[in-house]
Amino acid sequence: MRVTVTVNGAETHAEIEGRLLLIHYLRDNLGLTGSHWGCDTSNCGACTVWLDGVPVKSCTTLAAMADGHEVRTVEGLEVDGVLDPLQQGFMEEHGLQCGFCTPGMLMTIRALLDRDPNPDEATIREAISGNLCRCTGYENIVRATRWAAAHEAAARTAHQEEALV
Amino acid sequence: MQVPPPFEYQRAGTVDEAIALLDRHGPEARLLAGGHSLLPMMKLRLARPETLIDINGLSELDYIRRDGDEIAIGAMTRHASVLASALLAEHYHIFVEAERVIADPLVRNRGTVGGSICHADPSEDLSAVFAALRGNAVIRSARGSRTVALRDFHVGPYETVVGAGEMLTEVRVPIRTRTGSAFEKVERRAGDWSIAAAGAFVQLDGDMVADVGIGITAVGAEQFTCVEAEEALRGRAASDEAVAAAASSCAAGCRPSADQRGPEDYKRHLVGVLVARVLHRSIASARGGVA
Repeated sequence: MRVTVTVNGAETHAEIEGRLLLIHYLRDNLGLTGSHWGCDTSNCGACTVWLDGVPVKSCTTLAAMADGHEVRTVEGLEVDGVLDPLQQGFMEEHGLQCGFCTPGMLMTIRALLDRDPNPDEATIREAISGNLCRCTGYENIVRATRWAAAHEAAARTAHQEEALV
Repeated sequence: MQVPPPFEYQRAGTVDEAIALLDRHGPEARLLAGGHSLLPMMKLRLARPETLIDINGLSELDYIRRDGDEIAIGAMTRHASVLASALLAEHYHIFVEAERVIADPLVRNRGTVGGSICHADPSEDLSAVFAALRGNAVIRSARGSRTVALRDFHVGPYETVVGAGEMLTEVRVPIRTRTGSAFEKVERRAGDWSIAAAGAFVQLDGDMVADVGIGITAVGAEQFTCVEAEEALRGRAASDEAVAAAASSCAAGCRPSADQRGPEDYKRHLVGVLVARVLHRSIASARGGVA
């Protein structure tokens, strides 16, 4: 079957088998290997991408189910060479060790921060409860999230002050 | 690498289209809702449907609304929407408590109410919630629509009364006054299936139990409930003794099997503890005027 999927703002087309999983469409058909293919059983969350703005596990989603829809992957976080504040937070606070869970963590937490700009620790931990870090680096992932939240809040304040001047 | 076996992919845009596709493709066709139970089973070759009919475009079945003295939940309502529903939280806190511990937030973004109960896993949590609340299922086919009590919905593990050419479109639960409800689950780790879980509602009349519903999952309880325990409580004072008797009745009446999640006696013990807890908390909520 022929599918059209908008990925990170660009339309992509392919002739695929109905059983092709979204994670393999992204990695193999499009070469977007940022999203990781982990447990294959919708447990680990390394394959998390956005489908129409909602984080989902792409190893348990058919590419055909994304036909006509919008997907955003970790590659879509950086804009014009500028990292997303969350990516910066992961660098500043050592939010990754081996990095395998990172793309999924980033997509899940980006969605969290978009709806809750200042989440407390319990909220962050609940939000990432479907993303497993095999290095058990959760402390720093929570810190990285808080770093991003604080910097985004500061940026918003600066932006508002600028608008007032 | 786990990949589902080959199948023919079809997509329905409306309930009528989905039913027409079910009729056209016959008994080896399956509806694909969130896919978070069916696709993993297909990867393991535990399920091999010839055709999948994708119903994710059926926004007409994505709703939670009050309909007279009932709450109607569309079959394609995602778990995340159930958890976020102010209407459900207002009337039945059992939904909030159950949904918080169903899988994880990402799976809840995709998994659906209809998919969960039609998949009919014997350890599924919402099945216990609907059994406790004595909800009804609305099932449609080309011949029309029929309503089945959710306590008559399950035929056995992974098997329901939804027949060839039929699809579940809605689940309905009656709204009750002076009612409290609760859900408790024991799992090995966050997001896992229940070792055992129990849910209940209690409706009070003064300090008498006017009505009660108990749901239990993962322990082989007939239709996810225990009628004897409910009968032992109904019409009696909402006392600690009555709750303890009902909890023991549930523990004695279920049929858990030993597996990697624990031995039989442990699961029975859990049922007794969890049923007592949800009954106590339901009674306290009903007394306090909290759902």
